Amino acid sequence: MSAPAVPMQAHPPTSTGLDHRKVAIWAFIGSECMLFVSLISTYLIYKGRSVTGPFPHEWWCSSTKAMGFCAGESATHVVNSMRPILNIPVTSASTFVLLMSSLTMVLALAAVENRGKPGYAGRLLGNAGFWILATAILGATFLGFQAYEFTSFVHEGLTIRKNLFGSSFFTLTGFHGAHVSAGVLWLMTLYFIDKKRGLGPKDSLLVDICALYWHFVDVVWIAIFTLVYLIK
Amino acid sequence: MAHDHHSGGHADTVEGHAMGEVHEHPTWRQYKWVALILTLITVVEVWAYYVPRFVASPAFVPVLLVMSAAKFAIVVAFYMHLKYDHKLFRALFVGPLIIAGGTLTALMFLFHKFVK
Repeated sequence: MSAPAVPMQAHPPTSTGLDHRKVAIWAFIGSECMLFVSLISTYLIYKGRSVTGPFPHEWWCSSTKAMGFCAGESATHVVNSMRPILNIPVTSASTFVLLMSSLTMVLALAAVENRGKPGYAGRLLGNAGFWILATAILGATFLGFQAYEFTSFVHEGLTIRKNLFGSSFFTLTGFHGAHVSAGVLWLMTLYFIDKKRGLGPKDSLLVDICALYWHFVDVVWIAIFTLVYLIK
Repeated sequence: MAHDHHSGGHADTVEGHAMGEVHEHPTWRQYKWVALILTLITVVEVWAYYVPRFVASPAFVPVLLVMSAAKFAIVVAFYMHLKYDHKLFRALFVGPLIIAGGTLTALMFLFHKFVK
């Protein structure tokens, strides 16, 4: 008995008419929304409740254990002054990098979907590997900024155990950084697949799912940047 | 939304794509404009942070929140293609987002974060 002919299709028909993998990634993103909102809520609830510095936006005198700059009292006090810990110029640059990575990600998806078509074939716009690698490099750059930020915070006396601000800040941004790291690994996997056999229109769903995850990581950072870094 | 001028758009690349969600994506030019708008909003946000008079005003927080929400919505609508995708995907994203937003608001009231 011969098996019935199965039409060449990316995925068998489903009751919704939608590919389960795409439904799954959207459900996953929905659940991740709730995870990150819980972390952001924790940060906001603890905001301003730390009894010891350093603080995100305010000077703190470690000598008198009081908020504010300790200049004008003694040389020791000046030395013990702790400046506001958040470095807005550095974080703004990393935010820009992550926003640009979203642009390169959509270009990667467009390149995969339109591979070999007129206007794409033989052009940079149609080079999926280039755009995927560019996205991964931008993601890694963002992680570099975050590593620099975390290191400088520790040098300035802010650790995860120092105060409520440190605990909630490192937990929130650390979780986000872990998601970015996972995204970079995912992108590198796609890059090597592209190098090995070339990603084409039949693989567009694979890239689309990765792109959705990557953009989600970007939108989470958009919220964190405003709520944690800019709002005093 | 217009097809990409470089190609026949997305509709004819269904072969490996999810079923029942044939839709068109923004063009390369639109992606470029979206990136520019996102960058501009970010620049305005950071600039606002460095204007002491504005920071001290009651409009500071609401304006920043609106700008952030606009960036969020633009990325979700255009880069994540939710504007063009199936409504089930929209429900899967917006539903949890509403629950999360409601929880956040409730927690802020519970911990007196809206009280001066």
